[in-house]
Amino acid sequence: MNRRFSWFNATSLTLGFAFLYLPILILVLFSFNASKLVAVWGGFSTKWYVELIHDQAFLDAAWVTLKVAVVSSTVATVLGTMAAYVLMRAGRFLGRTLFSGMIYAPLVMPDVIMGLAFLLLFISIGLDRGIFTIMLAHTTFTMCYVSVVVSSRLVTFDRSLEEAALDLGCTPFDAFRSVTLPIIAPAVISGWLLAFTLSLDDLVIASFAAGPSATTLPMKVFSSVRLGVNPEINALSTIMISIVTVGVISASLFTKRQIARARADEQAAARG
Amino acid sequence: MAQPANRPVFAPWDDPKEKPLIRFQNVTKKFGEFTAIDDITLDIFQREFFALLGPSGCGKTTLMRMLAGFETPSKGQILLDGVDQAPIPPNRRATNMMFQSYALFPHLSVWDNIAFGLRRSDMAKDQIPPRVEEMLRLTRLERFAKRKPHQISGGQRQRVALARSLAKAPKLLLLDEPLGALDKKLRQETQFELMDIQETTGTTFVIVTHDQEEAMTVASRVAVMDLGKMIQVDTPDRIYEMPNSVYVADFIGDVNIIEGAVRGQDGEKAQIVWAEGQPPINATTAAPVSAGQKVHFAIRPEKVAIATEKPEGRANVIAGKVHDIAYLGNISTYKVEVAGGKMVKAQVANERRLARRNITWDDEVWLSFTDTAGVVLLN
Repeated sequence: MNRRFSWFNATSLTLGFAFLYLPILILVLFSFNASKLVAVWGGFSTKWYVELIHDQAFLDAAWVTLKVAVVSSTVATVLGTMAAYVLMRAGRFLGRTLFSGMIYAPLVMPDVIMGLAFLLLFISIGLDRGIFTIMLAHTTFTMCYVSVVVSSRLVTFDRSLEEAALDLGCTPFDAFRSVTLPIIAPAVISGWLLAFTLSLDDLVIASFAAGPSATTLPMKVFSSVRLGVNPEINALSTIMISIVTVGVISASLFTKRQIARARADEQAAARG
Repeated sequence: MAQPANRPVFAPWDDPKEKPLIRFQNVTKKFGEFTAIDDITLDIFQREFFALLGPSGCGKTTLMRMLAGFETPSKGQILLDGVDQAPIPPNRRATNMMFQSYALFPHLSVWDNIAFGLRRSDMAKDQIPPRVEEMLRLTRLERFAKRKPHQISGGQRQRVALARSLAKAPKLLLLDEPLGALDKKLRQETQFELMDIQETTGTTFVIVTHDQEEAMTVASRVAVMDLGKMIQVDTPDRIYEMPNSVYVADFIGDVNIIEGAVRGQDGEKAQIVWAEGQPPINATTAAPVSAGQKVHFAIRPEKVAIATEKPEGRANVIAGKVHDIAYLGNISTYKVEVAGGKMVKAQVANERRLARRNITWDDEVWLSFTDTAGVVLLN
C-alpha cells in the first residue's frame, strides 16, 4: 500500500480542517482586534475582554446559563439514568417498545416544535416563564441524551454482577447503588457532561421557555448579534471555545491514562 | 457391603431416614413455549458434591438459577431444609453462587469483594476482618488482598469468586461452570482444590458443568440431564459402568454401541445377535428381555482386549481388521472394523515403555471381552 502523502490526501486534509476551523480561527483572531469594525484589522488588543468583564448584562446571562445547565443536567442525569435502567432491566413488559421509542423521540424532534410545545404547556398551566421554566425544558430535552448514553453502557454491562450482589444479600436498590452505579459511573458522568453542554448552548428551546426575567448567554449573544456583530461577542466566544477545548482535552487525556493503566495492570496480572 | 468401621461410606441417598437438604418436587420451568425444565424430582443431601451434567441448553443452569432464586419454577416446589423457596428473594436465601464469569466487582479490591456479602449480613463489624482473612488463607490469596480484580490472573480471580461465595458460610454453594475459563492443567489442580475446600468447610456444593471429566472427578453424585429431564442420577462409577440409556453411555466417556436383537435369555445371561454369520454376543442383564427385542449393547473400549491370535476361553470373540490406531502415550486406541463394517474400539494401556507394538494397520486381529464387560440397554 502506498503510505506516502499523496496530493489527494493533502488536499482532503486541508479542505477538511479548513472547513472545520477557519471560521473559529477568524473569530478568535478578531476577538483581539483593536478596531471596532469587525472585518478590519486594527492591531492587537485585549480591550474587548476587559469590556466584557465589566458588562453586567453578559455576566448575568452567563450566571443564568450556568445555573440552568447545572440544575437541568443533574436532574436529567438522574431521570435519564433511571429510564435507561428500567428499559434495559425490566424485561419485556407491555408497551416496552413504545416507551423506549418515546424516550428517544425528542432526539429527532425539531427544537422549534419542542420549544413551542413547552411554551404552550407553560401558558396553559399558568406557569410564569423564567429561569425555572428554562430548567424544566432543558431537563426534558437533555434527558433522552443521557438515557441513550447510559443505556448503551448498560447493554454491555454484565448482568451477573447485579445477580452476584443480590446473591450476596443486597436488596435490588442496594445492588444498584453499590455495584451498578459505580461501574456505569463513567457513562453517567459523560451523560451529565453531554446534557450540560447541550443546555449551555441551546438557543431555540430556551427562547421559547424563557420569560423576560431570565436570559441565557446564547439568547444574549443572538440578540446582540442582531444589532450588529460586536467584538465583545468574539471575545466571549473565544472564552467559551477555550473552556470547551480545555475540557475536552483533559477528559481525553484522563481516559487515555485510565486505559493505559488498566492495560499495564492486566499485563502485570498475566505475568502473575 | 462390608466397609471398615472407621470409614463409613458417604451415601445419604441410600439411607431412607436421611432428610434431603434440597428437594425438587415435580419442578417444571417454562420460558414462553420452551420447556427448560420438565417435571424434575430430585433430592440433594447435606455435604454432597452434586454435579449437574449435560450439553448446553439441557436446563442445568436454569435448575441452578432456580436454586439461587433468579428464576421461579412454573410448576412444582423447591424445598431447602423443608422450606418452600418460592417466596424468598435471592438476597435472603441461605445459598450463594459462584458465577461462570466470576462476576467480581471490578471497582472493589479482592478484600472488599470477599467482605461484600459479610457487610450485608448480620455479622458484627469486628467479625468481618477475621472472616475475610480466613477466606483469603483458605484460597491462598493473602498476597493479593489489596489488588483489584483486573490486576490478578484468571486462576486467582476464580479463587476470589470462590472465597466471596463461601464467606457467608452458605448452606448451599452453587457453582456455575466454575472452571470453564481456566486452562486444562489449572483446571485439574483446581478441581482437587475445590474438593478439599468442600470437605474442609462441609458445605453442600452443587456444580453445573458440561465437562464430564470434571463432574466425575469432583462429584459424589452426578445428574446427567438432557432436554430438561434427568436421565440418570447416580454416583460417578455407576454412571460410567451402569449407564441406564444409550444417551448416558454415549455422553460419559468413550463407548462402543452395538445394535442387536435378543435371541434368548437364560437367567441373567442373554444372547444378542448383532451381525449375520457372527456368533451372538453373550451379555449379562438383570432386566427381563424377550426374544427378538431390539437392544443396544454398550461396552467401554478399555474392556475390549485385542490380540493377533484367537484367544481361548473368552465369552465373546470377534474377528476384525485394524482400521486406525491412536497412540495417546498412556494408552493406545485401536479402531477395528468388524463384520458389517461396524467399528469397534479397543483400548490398551501402554504398560511397558519399550514394548514392541506388533499390531499395525490392516492387521487381522481378534477382539474379546467377558460376558459381564458390557451393558445391555433396552431403549
